[in-house]
Amino acid sequence: MEAKVLNGGAISKEAQAAMIRKERTANNAWHKFSRNKSALVGLVIVCLMLFIGILAPVVSPYDPNALDVTATYLPPLSEGHLLGTDDLGRDLLSRLIYGARMSIVVALGATVLGGAIGILLGLISGYAGGVVDAIIMRVMDGMFAFPFILLSILLVTILGSGVFNVILAIGIGTVPGFARVVRSKVMVTKNEEFCNAERVLGASPLRIMFSHVLPNTVSEVVVYATLNIGSAIISEASLSFLGLGILIPTPSWGNILRGGRGCLTTAPHLALFSGLLIFIAVIGFNLVGDGIRDVMDPKMKK
Amino acid sequence: MAEREVLLQVRDLCKEFKVRSRKLGGATQVLHALSHVNLDVYRGETLGIIGESGCGKSTLGRCIVGLHTPTSGALTFEGAPLDYHAKEHGKALRSKIQMIFQDPYSSLNPRKTCKKIVEEPMLIHNTMPDAKKREERVQELMSVVGLDAQHVHRFPHEFSGGQRQRINIARALSLNPDLLVCDEPVSALDVSIQAQVLNLFGRLQKEFGLTYVFISHDLSVIKHISDRIAIMYLGQVLELCDAASIYAKPMHPYTQALLSAIPPTSPFEEKQPIELQGDIPSPIGEQKGCPLASRCPHCTERCRQECPHLKDQGDGHQVACFLYE
Repeated sequence: MEAKVLNGGAISKEAQAAMIRKERTANNAWHKFSRNKSALVGLVIVCLMLFIGILAPVVSPYDPNALDVTATYLPPLSEGHLLGTDDLGRDLLSRLIYGARMSIVVALGATVLGGAIGILLGLISGYAGGVVDAIIMRVMDGMFAFPFILLSILLVTILGSGVFNVILAIGIGTVPGFARVVRSKVMVTKNEEFCNAERVLGASPLRIMFSHVLPNTVSEVVVYATLNIGSAIISEASLSFLGLGILIPTPSWGNILRGGRGCLTTAPHLALFSGLLIFIAVIGFNLVGDGIRDVMDPKMKK
Repeated sequence: MAEREVLLQVRDLCKEFKVRSRKLGGATQVLHALSHVNLDVYRGETLGIIGESGCGKSTLGRCIVGLHTPTSGALTFEGAPLDYHAKEHGKALRSKIQMIFQDPYSSLNPRKTCKKIVEEPMLIHNTMPDAKKREERVQELMSVVGLDAQHVHRFPHEFSGGQRQRINIARALSLNPDLLVCDEPVSALDVSIQAQVLNLFGRLQKEFGLTYVFISHDLSVIKHISDRIAIMYLGQVLELCDAASIYAKPMHPYTQALLSAIPPTSPFEEKQPIELQGDIPSPIGEQKGCPLASRCPHCTERCRQECPHLKDQGDGHQVACFLYE
């Protein structure tokens, strides 16, 4: 943060005070977040997952697709295979690590895609009101009424499998949620006095929408997006579990779980570890989302 | 008086709002926020508009700046019809008429710094395409309204109410307007800050030759700042005259009652407040007769049937009452 000083080169006391204040408020948000223990746990989980996902080729001990038919269904803590191997002798740990990468790509991609469309629709709907609002929101209601997973299955069946198609299917499913969250905030903000002030100044509706209304929806959007990543991970896992999402041999938590389904009694570690990871990852994102919401909500001051 | 230039002319201005009934299938009713308002605003003067809450003074201000579209009537600015949607000069009109809002907290975008707020009008109208000059202008404006130029990068929540209202004023001034509509600009402020901001208004008027339409419900504020005063009641202007003569010789029964409500300045002064009976009638539905008819001590049968119009009583003192016909 650079403070502009008018008179002379030295930083005036006033400018210094402003800088200090800026930092204090910035730290305040972090301070509030860090006091929330569960949010911190969530943050650690999320960071760990991102770290492992990004560095998958470095941290995974084996190639996730390397077959070893001499060592199938090895239990955990076997020599050389920390978490054991699957039906084709592939190292489970490596597959889970690459699976994390896939989950992140799909969940983030779907949230960004669905968020972009949803925010835009919500902004238009909330700002325009009237017939436009009614049409857009009825379409969104229609999508809401349709079970999310069915919608995704339908889309993947039409589009076919593959990473991008899964992102598209899950992303479209998240559109109505974003649209609703943004719309309600836009409807409040557009009637605020500062938007009237902009109208008096002669600002175009587009300028008011994107330069004044949209930035005021950021806190709601960030919270919703974080929570949404968690459910996108579940969606991806569900689709893959059903054999519609990420297809074998590309590893994903969902299809590893699917692979372990048939041998729950003989090799439970396959389903156990993949299921556990899905669970932990979703909890992590939800805790972070809740933590951010608490920080953003001024009423939650303690 | 005659040679003064009329900057803004308000003729027969009506504004009606539709009020939907709460009941299912209930008929929509009409709320008469403004009915047949006639006003002239001269260049360089301050026209104070005073009235109790709900009398339509803010609606009048918002009609002037184009936040409300009048139901009927005509607004004329500098001799040309005031039409913000006109293709050629609509946008230019925007820069000539600006507004100061009542609430200094909600009228500034909480996510924009002071600099961005003040420079925004210049970006909209593209009056200063050069970023460097724009920044200089922002700092100049800030010093004009009495803010420290070091604070350009602060957010609104880091300023006090009075300072925020100064930012509002700086923003309105950035386009060099002719007319400022001030909608209760000091009523949200502390009394000590009110005086400072009112003095600022006075100074800016002298410096830039501004014309104010100053809306307030505060008699002492209006008295301090106005050249002429319009008294509004239930969407109508009841009396319009010079500030001095309204205090010296109030003519309309409502004005008399209003002024008698000011507490006496000395404990030895005998002052008998005139009390109006009852409450303000509802502005919803058909309006008949003088708006004050139900409460006026001088009410006649004619007052209940006909609505009086503003009539000049000499010296530009206009009053809408049958007592003076």
